[in-house]
Amino acid sequence: MAKKVALLQGNTACAFGALYAGCNFFGGYPITPSTEVAEVLSEELPKIGGKFIQMEDEIAAMASVIGASLTGQKALTATSGPGVSLKQELIGYACIAEVPCVIINVMRGGPSTGMPTGPGQSDVQQAKWGTHGDHAAIALVPASVQEIFSETVRAFNLAEKYRMPVQVLYDEIVGHMRERIEFPEPGELEVINRTEPTVSPEDYKPFDPSFGDVPPLAAFGSDYRFHVTGLNKAADGFPTTKANLVDDEQRRQIRKVDGNQPDIELNEEYLTEDAEVIIFAYGSTSRSARYAVNELRKEGIKVGLFRPITLWPFPEKRVAELAKQAKAIIVPELNLGQMILEVERVAKGTCNIVGINRVDGEPINPGQIIDQVKEVK
Amino acid sequence: MAQRYEIRFSGAGGQGLITAGIILAEAASINEGKHAVQSQSYGPEARGGASKSEVIISDEPIDYPKATVVDACLAMTQESADKYANGIKPGGVLLIDADFVKTVPAGEFKVVKIPIMRTAKEEVGREIVANVVALGAMIALTDVVSREAGLKAVLAKVPEAFLDLNEKAYSVGFEKVKEALDA
Amino acid sequence: MAYDYESHIRPGKLPHIWCPGCGHGIVMKGMIRAFDACGLKKENTAIVSGIGCASRMNGYMDYNTLHTAHGRAAAFATGVKMAKPEMDVIVVGGDGDGTAIGGNHFIHACRRNINMTYIILNNMIYGMTGGQFSPCTPTGDKASTTVYGNPDPTFDIAKLAIGAGATFVARGTAFHAAQIDKLIAEGIKHNGLAVIEILDDCPTTYGRRNKFRSVVDMMKRLKDIAVPVAAAAKMTPEQLEGKVLTGILHKEERPEYTEQYAQVISRAKGA
Repeated sequence: MAKKVALLQGNTACAFGALYAGCNFFGGYPITPSTEVAEVLSEELPKIGGKFIQMEDEIAAMASVIGASLTGQKALTATSGPGVSLKQELIGYACIAEVPCVIINVMRGGPSTGMPTGPGQSDVQQAKWGTHGDHAAIALVPASVQEIFSETVRAFNLAEKYRMPVQVLYDEIVGHMRERIEFPEPGELEVINRTEPTVSPEDYKPFDPSFGDVPPLAAFGSDYRFHVTGLNKAADGFPTTKANLVDDEQRRQIRKVDGNQPDIELNEEYLTEDAEVIIFAYGSTSRSARYAVNELRKEGIKVGLFRPITLWPFPEKRVAELAKQAKAIIVPELNLGQMILEVERVAKGTCNIVGINRVDGEPINPGQIIDQVKEVK
Repeated sequence: MAQRYEIRFSGAGGQGLITAGIILAEAASINEGKHAVQSQSYGPEARGGASKSEVIISDEPIDYPKATVVDACLAMTQESADKYANGIKPGGVLLIDADFVKTVPAGEFKVVKIPIMRTAKEEVGREIVANVVALGAMIALTDVVSREAGLKAVLAKVPEAFLDLNEKAYSVGFEKVKEALDA
Repeated sequence: MAYDYESHIRPGKLPHIWCPGCGHGIVMKGMIRAFDACGLKKENTAIVSGIGCASRMNGYMDYNTLHTAHGRAAAFATGVKMAKPEMDVIVVGGDGDGTAIGGNHFIHACRRNINMTYIILNNMIYGMTGGQFSPCTPTGDKASTTVYGNPDPTFDIAKLAIGAGATFVARGTAFHAAQIDKLIAEGIKHNGLAVIEILDDCPTTYGRRNKFRSVVDMMKRLKDIAVPVAAAAKMTPEQLEGKVLTGILHKEERPEYTEQYAQVISRAKGA
């Protein structure tokens, strides 16, 4: 049977991806350019008995998502840069309390109110470092409507598997444009649910490291009852200031991601094998880069595209390899140079690294990239 | 049509041009299995004043999702003609509502003039379907999708009570261009 | 026979962090009696708190307990209740947590009339951080950040809750310990957002700056200012000067939020 196809906006695809992943709770607050995610889910969630709530502010939206997740629901919120800034407090809470949830950030210009209807990629470092304190981060950066669907599913999977908040970042261009999407059949994409405890309620500890770096999470309202706090805590979930326990817990939470990077990392490479110039590009900018690669290859220029789909954790190993292979890496971004810092960090001076940056509300067009490749070649 | 083909619909906010763009993209991507990307102006820009909707159609996957220099452009108003009818490819085509665009932008492209709003009002019976008249005209003009694929997409989009009205609007728009080209 | 509070307390979690003379423990005991009276099941109950001395309470209580971020308890609790309406959800916290940093969440929980019980311990000060003035510190009083006297007007929490749409509002004091459980139990039984304000004392950071020589003086103050609503009805405005009303201050029936959303679900499924 032919698959169901539709012409969908990126934000609509995100909502349907969430539903495919089993999302049954959305807490949000209106903000351009992400609002369509909320609009679609306000209509679709109650049809399946799920819950949609529009909260009084961005912080409350994040709080409701964490609260709902602790009852065992798959919970989502969607916002844009100003909203993510407000949510940082509770993104940190979800990190330390290890509560699975997904945050969509449809990026616009900034700082502050910036340019609500213009695209930007200026929140990519915020996704890693936005909340205070050391913490692991997972951030995914889809580049097409179809990929927004599948990466939203993967975001839920990673959130549930690693018991942590996962951010999906795409810019206004991909969020608002419409493309053809093929809806995956049920079962076609993997859907992961969180690991629930198997021990008796009396023996349950919500952060028990004897079950590995990702301890099972019970649900409020089940046979288990437990304590959750934003304070540094011991394995039993209760606050502690004992140095060794605090240290163990902090390191375990980082290790959840660092120790599982091959499972979390996802990249796409296009004509990189013989490339002398590599374009490192993500999100909508990678589409301009791919266009540029095709044009430049017609002229015989050996150029390729490296496109991270998982932006955090950063694909250190592969970027380091490409830096050794290439004469130059070009990093086009709709910001004034954010991920280029990571590329430079891992390249360790082994090749020339050049940024193309734009923050005027317009996309980086293929011509800009073509010109830059010719200049460094 | 291996190359990308870019079409811009522009006019006043509220004239239904975003919908026209979406229908064209659906005709191409769902009814004809091509690749299509539709994007549009947002925010205050999209309400009143000049608004635009752009569609890129290609047999190949579409990388850069924004219009570069468009192959075809529709301008329903003078303001939209002034603002959006600039980046048209040499050899491209500009379709204008003859009653509203009095100063025609200059360029190396063909200009086709049709009284779109008047046609919708007088020949179809409702001004509100001017966007579908324009869509029919654009498809006739560009041949970017088949007449049938376009009609099918129109009929899939509109409420049942308005099927006849929209079919008529589409056909009248399509025929108007054929007449203008044959003349 | 002594009341069995211990079965509601997590083994090994006492002693608590509260100072000698703090009334929070009195309120906690009242809560426990109320939970018993209402037959709350430990597994089916979530106690959600923010940050501050009062918000530490749920850590001692053997229920599902969610100690959240400063001010955010009502918003977390709304997520819990919305996701699992069959759970009993209790919010507990202080006056600074609930009416300053959490003021927006507080009024919107009231407005939604979501079926939760919000117990707010009003000791008129930020105790945990060392006695800075809160929105409930009386004008003119001393705090560590109002050494020349507090220039700020105060919130009347009960009026704020009523104005925001809470459908059950009551007030008690830590001195009137025997009334606390009754007010809380009425709040739990009420189908909608219930606010129970308990006037409390903070001898450490409020009392010593404001000429209360002892905990007894502070408790006497609570005794002196409290006037039951029935008694107040027979008093003149002059007699009520400086007094606060206690008891059930407001009760009305209005559609409850999760029940309203259940109707949204049936409409969506029928659509």
